[in-house]
Amino acid sequence: MSEALLIDVHELSKSFNGKRAVNGLSLQVRGGEIFGFLGPNGSGKTTSIRMLCGLLTPDSGSGTCLDFDVLTQSREIKKQVGYMTQRFSFYDDLSIRENLDFVARMYGMDNRRSVVEQSMIDLGLADRREQLAGTLSGGWKQRLALAACMLHQPRLLLLDEPTAGVDPKARRDFWDEIHRLAGQGISVLVSTHYMDEAARCHRLGYIAYGDLLASGTPDELLAASRLVSFNVRGSDLALGERLKALPGIEQVVAMGHVYSVSGTDGERIRQSLSGIEGLRFEPVETGLEQVFIQLMDRTPEKIG
Amino acid sequence: MKLPLSLHRLWAIVAKEFIQLRRDRITFAMMVGIPVMQLVLFGFAINTDPKHLPTVVLDADQSAYSRSFTAGLENSGYFDIRPYTGGVAQAEQGMAVGTIQFIVSIPADFSRRLVRGEKPAVLVEADASDPSATGNALAALASLNQTVLSHDLTGPLAQLNSAPPPFEIRVQRNYNPEGITQYNIVPGLMGTILTMTMIMMTGMAVTRELERGTLENLLAMPVHPLEVMIGKIIPYIMVGYIQVVVILTAAYFLFHVPIAGSLPLLLACVLIFLAANLAVGMMFSTIAKSQLQAMQMTFFFFLPSMLLSGFMFPFRGMPEWAQVIGSALPLTHFLRIVRGIMLKGNGWTETWPSVWPLLVFMAVVLAIGLKRYRRTLD
Repeated sequence: MSEALLIDVHELSKSFNGKRAVNGLSLQVRGGEIFGFLGPNGSGKTTSIRMLCGLLTPDSGSGTCLDFDVLTQSREIKKQVGYMTQRFSFYDDLSIRENLDFVARMYGMDNRRSVVEQSMIDLGLADRREQLAGTLSGGWKQRLALAACMLHQPRLLLLDEPTAGVDPKARRDFWDEIHRLAGQGISVLVSTHYMDEAARCHRLGYIAYGDLLASGTPDELLAASRLVSFNVRGSDLALGERLKALPGIEQVVAMGHVYSVSGTDGERIRQSLSGIEGLRFEPVETGLEQVFIQLMDRTPEKIG
Repeated sequence: MKLPLSLHRLWAIVAKEFIQLRRDRITFAMMVGIPVMQLVLFGFAINTDPKHLPTVVLDADQSAYSRSFTAGLENSGYFDIRPYTGGVAQAEQGMAVGTIQFIVSIPADFSRRLVRGEKPAVLVEADASDPSATGNALAALASLNQTVLSHDLTGPLAQLNSAPPPFEIRVQRNYNPEGITQYNIVPGLMGTILTMTMIMMTGMAVTRELERGTLENLLAMPVHPLEVMIGKIIPYIMVGYIQVVVILTAAYFLFHVPIAGSLPLLLACVLIFLAANLAVGMMFSTIAKSQLQAMQMTFFFFLPSMLLSGFMFPFRGMPEWAQVIGSALPLTHFLRIVRGIMLKGNGWTETWPSVWPLLVFMAVVLAIGLKRYRRTLD
């Protein structure tokens, strides 16, 4: 992994109709790194990504993406960035091959035919080359979109919730592909809501209501949260509600018959749980989900 | 028996439709705007009995009789005598360009032969390329020779007042001697069809990208707005030419409309007109948020184009303000070009006065469109 910064932006802000969508975002992404971008809905992830690839002009702030100025050199950035939109945005009435061919022409690629052919083979689209994009299922659409944004061999991929609405198998294949690309030295910035995907990133950033609240490796974030978790079993049907009321317990998640409780003060949780008869509990590893719920709980929603 | 209909559910749908209608401002504006526009245009602007048509009198006689005749023309209300000093050739040129509707030639020996009772003839040349524009004026002309000189012919000449009339008015219908309406409508139809289809197709071509979300992808690629605009215009220019070929073929073989002028010149002018309309479509697409809105805007533009351009109703029949609006529309100028080339056999010099307004129009619209085109999603 090279240490050069592919994305290095400071204090980027953007408002729409007086409403702050992104508030002073500073972000660094290194070469060959998969950076996960997390945050609740409407937290400014899409706006941030669009500012990075020149689709939106920041109101203020500065920085570079691939050593080009995000404010003035968006055209240069666009040439070397692959951007995958949240909503499928290729042409429904063109076939897979025609869509890829269009993209290849847009980037002025010399060996267009062979590039398109190779990318269809790489992503397993070759059998469906003449199928219209509009008739593809979610997983295939997403593959087409990835193939299209990889076509011009970008150094940086910006993926905006690429796996929303895609089945687990297709999701896993997709992430295997992302890791393969990262192995080739391509950097990836990916926004997601899935915690298993977050765990597969090298580094994570958590954004809420326009502010980047935390960033680091998954392990760093787990450590920083100081959360301790337990799995709790009991026969009481209303156990969930009772657990929530116990001192020291900050989060309760029901998972079938098991409750996962977490909090920052492990000793206190132990004491609370010991006080209830018929409960069995055991310490477990805290997941990223709990870390992010904790971050979300700490940021009161700003409206307007 | 209980009806399977529920007022609550019915009301729920009514209320929802109203909310959606209120949110879609452009649709609402069109629903109010189009009837108002139609009322104004049909009620005030359109006049199927055009008067005050520009007329040049070439009076070689310069006598009391010829002046009485000229005054009689003016008094009929149909003829607006323009002060004129040029020769016949210049007057003919004016008619070809379309600034003069009638040329009245009074021969030098008019009064001499009139007094002798030789029933001299006055020649009235009419630009009959649009029969409906000249029809009523020519009808008024027919009875003019009966009455116009009655005050002048007194004393011994009074006998000339009796029928038959003391002089003859010979009408020459230029460009469309038989007064065939198709000669006027069919070339005009070409402009109308092109206006409609070109604006609508480009307008929708860009808004479709917005509606389907593909615009975001397009903007994320390193493409210049001008490349997008021109790239979207070129296919429709070809579609436009196919329409032109179809219409011209039908005009020639089906309606037997003559093509008096040069076909290459006509096709070159078509290109300018197509480009002007496509630019309008492009501009609309930068404003419209959906394909439906683009279509509504097309109609909003199409309606005055059809009514004020001189396609359906004589241009000269409209009040001043409507003529000003009409002159701002590309169809008005294109109709003059097409009718000029096809019926009058106009060449480049007579066509140019209608070509440059198209170029100006296109430049302005294209500039607005480019300025408004989204380079980003801001």
